[in-house]
Amino acid sequence: MTRSTKIFKYVGKRLLQGIPIILAIVIINFFLLNLAEGDAVDVLAGEAGSATPEYMEQLRKKFGLDQPLPVQLMVYLKNVLSLDLGYSFRHDMPVNELIYDRFAATGLLMASTIILAVGFGILLGLLAAVRLNTWKDAVITVFALITYATPLFWVGLMMIVVFSLNLGWFPTSGMTNVAAFYEGWDYVVDVSRHLVLPTITLSLFYLALYTRMMRASMLEQYGQDYVVTARAKGLTERRITYVHVLRNALLPVVTMAGVQVGALIGGSVIVESVFAWPGLGMLAFESLFARDLNLLLGIFLLSSMLVVVVNLIVDIIYCFLDPRIEVN
Amino acid sequence: MTKKLLSISDLSILLPTGADRQYAVQDIDLELNTGETVCVVGESGSGKSLTARAVMGLLPAPHVRVGKGEIIFGAEDLTKVTYERLRELRGSEISMIFQEPMTALNPVMTIGDQIDEIFRYHVSMSAKERAEKALSLLVDVNLPDPEKIIDAYPHELSGGQRQRSMIAMALALGPKILIADEPTTALDVTTQAQILKLISDMQKRLNTGVLFITHDFGVVADIADRVIVMQHGKIVETGTTKQVLQKPKHPYTKSLIAAIPRLKPRKARSRAAEVVLKTEGVCKSFGGGKSFFGFGKPNREVKAVQNVQIELRRGETLGVVGESGSGKSTLARCVIRLIDSDEGQIKLGDVDITKLSRKDLRPYRKRIQMVFQDPFASLNPRIRVGDIISQGPILQGEDKEDASKRAYELLDIVGLDRRSFDRFPHEFSGGQRQRIGIARALSLKPDILVADEPVSALDVSIQAQILELLDDIREQMDLSMLFITHDLRVAAQVCDYVAVMQYGKIVEMGPTAKLFKDPKDAYTKSLLAAVPGKDWHFGKLKP
Repeated sequence: MTRSTKIFKYVGKRLLQGIPIILAIVIINFFLLNLAEGDAVDVLAGEAGSATPEYMEQLRKKFGLDQPLPVQLMVYLKNVLSLDLGYSFRHDMPVNELIYDRFAATGLLMASTIILAVGFGILLGLLAAVRLNTWKDAVITVFALITYATPLFWVGLMMIVVFSLNLGWFPTSGMTNVAAFYEGWDYVVDVSRHLVLPTITLSLFYLALYTRMMRASMLEQYGQDYVVTARAKGLTERRITYVHVLRNALLPVVTMAGVQVGALIGGSVIVESVFAWPGLGMLAFESLFARDLNLLLGIFLLSSMLVVVVNLIVDIIYCFLDPRIEVN
Repeated sequence: MTKKLLSISDLSILLPTGADRQYAVQDIDLELNTGETVCVVGESGSGKSLTARAVMGLLPAPHVRVGKGEIIFGAEDLTKVTYERLRELRGSEISMIFQEPMTALNPVMTIGDQIDEIFRYHVSMSAKERAEKALSLLVDVNLPDPEKIIDAYPHELSGGQRQRSMIAMALALGPKILIADEPTTALDVTTQAQILKLISDMQKRLNTGVLFITHDFGVVADIADRVIVMQHGKIVETGTTKQVLQKPKHPYTKSLIAAIPRLKPRKARSRAAEVVLKTEGVCKSFGGGKSFFGFGKPNREVKAVQNVQIELRRGETLGVVGESGSGKSTLARCVIRLIDSDEGQIKLGDVDITKLSRKDLRPYRKRIQMVFQDPFASLNPRIRVGDIISQGPILQGEDKEDASKRAYELLDIVGLDRRSFDRFPHEFSGGQRQRIGIARALSLKPDILVADEPVSALDVSIQAQILELLDDIREQMDLSMLFITHDLRVAAQVCDYVAVMQYGKIVEMGPTAKLFKDPKDAYTKSLLAAVPGKDWHFGKLKP
């Protein structure tokens, strides 16, 4: 069997394995969310201020909230299987429509963050390891330490203060300039300008993490026997660093990056709030307080699917990087 | 015609300040001629590896560096040449092979690419020429299916194949000097014999000077022209192989040679009638799991132990001999039920312990104890030695004070100071740690001791002491011993009975003297033929 058919089969198998995992996540989430006191009707009635118990009963009946939990669950599962994530009573819109828009925004922010954090983390870590114990190493290490220790929201606020308010280089918030109605290339430029500050803010912490990891990983690999062999073969230090050591040192960083994609969604809540980025994080945060369970469950479902897919992608990258890992 | 290739004079290598001694290597002189094999012999810490690395300029700088002296190669002093010049020489004029071919090769690069690099960085050749040259090198070192191996990754090869690839790499540009740093230590005995032969064949063809670092006098006897014996960084004796092996002058050389286990079987003793351990039809396989949803193949099943019958009588030592992967360690682990066997019976006395539940097994645990191979990994670094020894009896319900008292006695028995009781394992040397491991095993007053390669991680002089200790203890306590080893010389020295294992099966079993003198099975014969220095053991030596 060739490598490509092997990988194809492997992807099929992993996607199939993902289905029970995602179902389990849906069920657990459903019960977890129902553990919380109150439902959407309580919130709606509370905000209206003058709802009678009869009216609330009526609302519950309309939303199907009067049914026993297992029945509600079965109804929800049936809908999910037919790709219908239900209706958000809060936003008065189907959940599908609500989250697909938001998902694109979050996806964009996450992708740019990962590329920035992993890419620069690897570069800086490499540089620090190659220039070990010089001023460059010291500067990079201190930079990593400081960004690692600084809270996200503070970085976000400072970014706005410095780059938006004082220097005026980037917009303060949002994803597009609402008043401008850009189209085509102008729209892309506009979104990219809005993307810069949230991306930098969200990636700084991870950047620091990957820098430290990459540096440690490089130093560990330098101590391995095959490096002595490479020297004994008369290779240049350049070749040893960039071909032999680098590829081996990448492995743990890639693993870590894969694991952290899930955590990024959580981290993005803060950044999305600070920069008013219209993403899933913000939406999840709002719907939690509105007890909008359908919407919340939909977001959770989408995030768990995202994690399953990203883990699969990372595993496939991994088996190209490391021939010792067999796909089966 | 021989020509002087390398001459080291008055070389000292400095250790970092704060190390236990100032010099790793002190005032050594060494010469190597074309076509000659010089063996540097010594125990761990003798400085033999650092000497070899100094020639290549591969000392772990900046902590360890050359203090004084010179290394003359051709017309140049290698301690003074520029880094660039040194790089040119490495791999082309002087090359090196290492002990552990798995870690010495880059795991994420194919063998072909790793050979290709040498050509790319030393000579200018087209990619096609380089590929052809690499392939012919793999053919030269007798690798099977070289077209496949050139695209293989190191983990896809066996230990012997990896070392052959290393040799192909080292000899790619026909170097004048080959430095071999314990190249066969990590290999099985039959593979070792093949690799030694390969090195000497290549040497004859290319007229290479070989500087061979080893701790094994058996290997020395087989391949060396001249021998240099090192101790604590100094050369204590040099001479031709014959001189050093047959008439050693320095007391250290004498003691080293005396400590080497000979291939001469011990005297047979009469067998006791009482059977303390008996296995019948023991099988154990690994893997073989089902596939998932019909995707992919089921896992490969490895039959580690197949239908093994052994019998251990009171007071005797039964050796289980085999190469790596033969299943000897798995058998040992099954016998003390660290892992459960799939089939068969393991009888301690009259009781079959394979069927017992964990709770029912507990009283039998103390009757059979194990000594492990790696004295560094098998002791918990956070627990004091006294507790390591007394933990077992306390768990078995013995009074704490009695257990401590017994631990002190055991320290006496295994030849450690009583003050060791309150120390941690890292404060001890390898041999001392193995003594602690033995004391721990003895603390439960077992009938049977299972020793899994107890001396293979130790230097030869320490090895002799531990073997002697095990023998004494067996006499004193009337113990029976199941002794797992890959080294036939060790087996010859300590075992009354020997079972030879291959691919999970016992191929031959019998009294040691008989089996060594008149082996029936082809595999046993090949094992015996591969023992390094066997000619020397029987008084013959190459002239």
